[in-house]
Amino acid sequence: MITRLESKELKRQSRRQLLKLAPVAALGAFAFLEVGDRLVAAGVRFSDWASGELFRSQHLAQTFSNSEVVPFTKFPYNGYDVLDPKVDLDKWTLTVEGDVRHPGEYTLAQVRALPKISQNTRHICVEGWDVIGSFGGARISDFLKLVGANTSARFLEVECADDYYESIDMASALHPQSLMCYEMYGAPLDRKHGAPLRLQMPTKLGYKQAKYLDTVRVTSVLKPDKTGYWEDQGYSWFGGL
Amino acid sequence: MSNEDKNEKSDQERNPEDRKPEDRTEEKKQAAPEPEPVPVAAPSVVEKTEVKAGTAPDQEPDQPAEEAKRAELVRAAYEHPLPIRMTHWVHAISLFVMVTSGLRIFRAFPSFGPKIPEKVLLEVPKSLTLGGWLGGALQWHFTFMWLFAASGLLYVAYQVTSGHYRTVLFTPRDVPGVWPMARHYFFFGPKPAATGQYNPLQKLAYCSTIGFGLLSLLTGMVLYKPAQFSWLAFLFGGFHLTRIWHFAAMCGLLAFIPGHLIMVLLHGWSNFFSMLSGWKREPEYQE
Repeated sequence: MITRLESKELKRQSRRQLLKLAPVAALGAFAFLEVGDRLVAAGVRFSDWASGELFRSQHLAQTFSNSEVVPFTKFPYNGYDVLDPKVDLDKWTLTVEGDVRHPGEYTLAQVRALPKISQNTRHICVEGWDVIGSFGGARISDFLKLVGANTSARFLEVECADDYYESIDMASALHPQSLMCYEMYGAPLDRKHGAPLRLQMPTKLGYKQAKYLDTVRVTSVLKPDKTGYWEDQGYSWFGGL
Repeated sequence: MSNEDKNEKSDQERNPEDRKPEDRTEEKKQAAPEPEPVPVAAPSVVEKTEVKAGTAPDQEPDQPAEEAKRAELVRAAYEHPLPIRMTHWVHAISLFVMVTSGLRIFRAFPSFGPKIPEKVLLEVPKSLTLGGWLGGALQWHFTFMWLFAASGLLYVAYQVTSGHYRTVLFTPRDVPGVWPMARHYFFFGPKPAATGQYNPLQKLAYCSTIGFGLLSLLTGMVLYKPAQFSWLAFLFGGFHLTRIWHFAAMCGLLAFIPGHLIMVLLHGWSNFFSMLSGWKREPEYQE
């Protein structure tokens, strides 16, 4: 709609309208100055909170038929440091501590004795690649029952033989597809894939799926600078899919 | 204006001291709120010119003087309401961040094929990217995605509820106007007459951009939460394919930007300034 204004009046109106954009200008300045780091840290915290709210504890990730699984040789080995930390598989035990009724050392046989789940699910890396793999193991929730864990605690922390460490929210740990994985493609985990035991959760990104498990701890408090190897360097902590 | 009205007004102007103080404070209170730009501005200006004409209240206004005043007035249109300008600039900023950080994320696995064997599809120069490393880029991406989405939803909600969408929505009636406009821009054809705020080619460009924005948002939701939004992932053919759609949506948005910036440069300051102030001086179209 066209109106007729005095030139002075048009300038006055324009100036007033221009000022109303000040909040956007402030946003732009905030984004590209030094506060940028704090801004994005807050953004990631918000995203993690939203991710926790979006997570549905009984909603299953997609599963695939055997024909859709990539061949074993095309399932990448991925590690942050060494691919084989030389775990002594014969003497290996899993240390369980924290908010549990039966802390102590658990053998692989005890994990294998739990109901076995086999699933073909998509493994998604934060880098963007994905592979459909075949996994077998015991539900984390069954294992937590075995050790008498307080499942109203907030977190599950794990430490690994290669000094990797991770922590996950209890809701994701209790998800029916979250496994203590000891098999891939129907065979025992090989050393580079995390023998003898790793986490496998199709509702989490790859960096959450810690390998060569050494210690499991149930807790409600995380040390702020020790929430996960990559998380401590800036990756999203929730890392959920 | 009837004679009676005019007399009443002039009475008040002649004897302002006769009025009680309470009356005057009341008048001040009423005058305090600033008038809204569009509906009120025009009449108030017209009134001002009448008063300035300086004719006695009981005489007819001096015709030539009135016309001279009218000639001094500037034709102007309030083209972009505040929500449109706000979301435009939030989008400009957040799209810049999303594209540059997105390209850094893409560098971590610059392929749409399998991980083994990995074939580099496109080497993105690091200088075009934001975030420094994958983790940093993800932080920018995961922060500005909320701004991008919120701004987009606000834009669409405002356009729909205000009815302002009619200025920009590309409809079947705009189809015949696209080619003449394209011929004018790209092949120096005759310039079609301007009939509204946007020409058919502009409407097509803006609306397709909104489409690409929506596609980037939906595919982004799938990439961020493929398990939670499994129905949406299914719609796009699964996580793996969705990564391609997400990239394609970015290409669509990027295709718009150079043309947009060149047009803004060609059309000059008044056109650019209208996206800051809302007002366009001397628009090409009538009405």
